[in-house]
Amino acid sequence: MGDFWVVLRAVIDELGMDCVVPPPSSAKTVSLGTRWAPETACYPLKLCLGNMLEAIDKGADAVLMAGGSGPCRFGYYAQVERQILSDLNKHVHFHVLEPPQTHPRELASSLVALLGRRMARIPRALTVGWEKALACDDVLAKSHLLRPREDRPGATTRLHTSAIRAIDEASTVREVRRAVKAFTEDACVHTRPQGGPREVHIGIVGEIFMIMDQFANLGIEEKLGRLGAVVHRKITITDWIRTHLFPWPWKHTGSDDPRASAHPYLNHFVGGDGIESVGYTVLGAREKLDGMVHLLPFTCMPEIVAKSVLPQVTEDMGIPVLSLSLDEHTGEAGLVTRLEAFVDLLRARREVACR
Amino acid sequence: MKVNLGLDVGSVSTNLVALDENRNVIHSSYLLTAGRPVEVVQEAVADLQRALPSCSVQAAGTTGSGRELAAQVLGADVIKNEITAHAVAAMSVQPDVRCVLEIGGQDSKIIILQNGVVTDFAMNTVCAAGTGSFLDRQAQRLGIDIKDLGRLALASRNPVRIAGRCAVFAESDMIHKQQMGCGVEDIVRGLCEALVRNYLNNVGKGKAIRQPVLFQGGVAANEGMRSAFEEALGYPVIVPEQHKVMGALGAAIIASRLETNESRFRGFDLSERRFESRGFECSRCPNACEVVELLMEGSVVARWGGRCGRWERSDAAGA
Repeated sequence: MGDFWVVLRAVIDELGMDCVVPPPSSAKTVSLGTRWAPETACYPLKLCLGNMLEAIDKGADAVLMAGGSGPCRFGYYAQVERQILSDLNKHVHFHVLEPPQTHPRELASSLVALLGRRMARIPRALTVGWEKALACDDVLAKSHLLRPREDRPGATTRLHTSAIRAIDEASTVREVRRAVKAFTEDACVHTRPQGGPREVHIGIVGEIFMIMDQFANLGIEEKLGRLGAVVHRKITITDWIRTHLFPWPWKHTGSDDPRASAHPYLNHFVGGDGIESVGYTVLGAREKLDGMVHLLPFTCMPEIVAKSVLPQVTEDMGIPVLSLSLDEHTGEAGLVTRLEAFVDLLRARREVACR
Repeated sequence: MKVNLGLDVGSVSTNLVALDENRNVIHSSYLLTAGRPVEVVQEAVADLQRALPSCSVQAAGTTGSGRELAAQVLGADVIKNEITAHAVAAMSVQPDVRCVLEIGGQDSKIIILQNGVVTDFAMNTVCAAGTGSFLDRQAQRLGIDIKDLGRLALASRNPVRIAGRCAVFAESDMIHKQQMGCGVEDIVRGLCEALVRNYLNNVGKGKAIRQPVLFQGGVAANEGMRSAFEEALGYPVIVPEQHKVMGALGAAIIASRLETNESRFRGFDLSERRFESRGFECSRCPNACEVVELLMEGSVVARWGGRCGRWERSDAAGA
C-alpha cells in the first residue's frame, strides 16, 4: 500500500524478525486476488490477498494483518483472508493485530504471543518506524509540489523512487534524515523554482488504500501532476498512524481535526475513512485548495455515504469535488478524460475569480 | 481558404468539422468508427478534400475517446477531452447555456455551466445502460431501424414501465412486456423513459438542472428521448442543429483559438499514406503493459500505453 511497506519493514526488522516484501502490485497480483477473493468484495481486499499470495511464494511463513471494528467490511477481512489461505493449503501463521484504541487487550495479547521477550525492542522499532513514516510523507509532499514544475517528464518520479529506496535502506534516524535531505537537494536541480499561473491545487481524499496504492488508482497523483496540478494528499501514512494508533495527546486536535471538521455534514463514524473524506474536504476549502478528488473503491459503503454528503459541502463552501469509483479496470482513457476536464474546470474558475 | 479542423473519434462515430475564419461550420461529416479508427480518420480527411478542394488547414484539434490515436494520424495541434469540447461547442450555440445533456455511443455525460464556465460535470460510471449502443441493440432486436425509433416512441399512447438501472434488467423487462402482448411503440417509449430516468438518477445525481438545457450527441436525434427528457424535466430541451458533431465542433473552436503559425497537420495526402499499428506486451516488469506503436509508411511515429513512460513517444501536441 503505497510506501507503507518501508515503515512496516523497518518496524519488523527492528523487532528481530525477517520481513518479506511482496513485489509491487501488478497485473499478476490482480489476477491472483480476483481469482480467490469473493467476487463482491472491494478492490483493496483483492489486491491485499494477491500481495499475500505473492509474499508466500517468496518465502513468507507468517502473515500480519490489521483487524478492525466498525461499519466497514475491512474489520472482517483478516478472517476472510485467513480462511482463503487455509483453503488454498497455504500453511502460514496468521496474526491479526486489532486496533489499540478499541481493542487494547486483544492487541497486547497477540503482541505477547508474537514477540515474547522481544517486546523490549518495541520502543526502538517504533522510533525508527515513525521517523521513516515522517520521511516518506515529507518526500511525497515535496514530489507533489515539484512534479508540475519538473524539467523533464518523469524526473520527479525517478527521484522519488530512489529516495524511497534510500529511506528503506537507512537503518538509523540520522541516515533517514540524510536521505530526505539528498532528495530535496536533487529535486531543486530538476525543477523550476516557481509554479506557473496555470498551476492548480487539488486535494485527494477517500478510502486510504485507493489513495495510497498508485497501482490501484492508476497513478492518479502522477497524472494530475503532469496536467499541472499540485496534489495535496490528505490521508498519509503519518496521518493514519496519528488517527488510528496514537493515544489521546498526539491525536489531531482543534482546527486540523478532520473528524471534528466534518460537522455538521457528517456527525457519525461511518466506517473506513468516510468521515475523514468529508472533514478534509471542508479543511481543503478552508485552505483555499482549488478542488478535491474523492477516490473510492467500487461498492465501498463508508465512501458512498461520504459521496452523498459531499455535494452539500460543494454548494456551501464552493469547492468542486470529483468522485471517482475505481475497480480492477485498466482502461485509463475514462479516468484521464475526467481528470483533464476537472483541471480545465478548476483553471476556468480561477480565471473568472481573477477577472 | 483557411479552415480550422475539429475531429471527434468516438466509440461509435467519427466526426469531422471544418470552420471558416468566422467560425461558421462549412463542412461536417459523420462516419461510423466501426472498430477502425485510423482508416475512418483517413476517410474523413479524404471527404473534406473532396468537399473543399482548395482549403488549407490553419489548426487542427482532436477529442473523443480516440483522441490520442487520432491526433497522431491527423497531426493535431491540440488534444482536448470531450467534456471541455462539448461545453465549448454548447456555449458557441447558446452562450447562456446552463446544462448540457450529452448521450453518445458508449458514454453519457452531464455538464453544468454558469456564466460561461463549467462548474460541474459527471460521466456515467459503471454501466453502459442508457447509451446509444444500447438503444441501437434494442432497436435491432425489435427489428426497427434506429432512425424510426424516436417517431415510434412518439406514437405511444400507453408507455410501459421498464427497469432502467441495468442493461440486463432493462432487456429482460422489455422481453417480458413484449411476450405479454404490449405494443412495440409502448415498449419503445417505456425504454426511452427508463433511459432518461437512469440518466437523471445515475449521471445527473441530484445536480440542479436549470434552463436553457442543450441535448447533444448522437442520441439527441431521437425525438422519443428528447420528449422523455422534456416530460421528466418539465420544460423544453434544445437540440442544436449540429447535435451529432458537437464534440468535433468544440475541438475545432479550441483549435481556432490557438496562436500557431504553422499547423502540425500532416496534409491531405495522409489519406493515401499507409498507417499500421501494432502492439506488444512489455516484459520489463510484472505490470506487462500493452504498448501500441503507430507506423506511417513503415516508420514509428508514435508509441503509447506503458505505465512507466519508457516507451512513450509522439509527434503531435500534448493534451
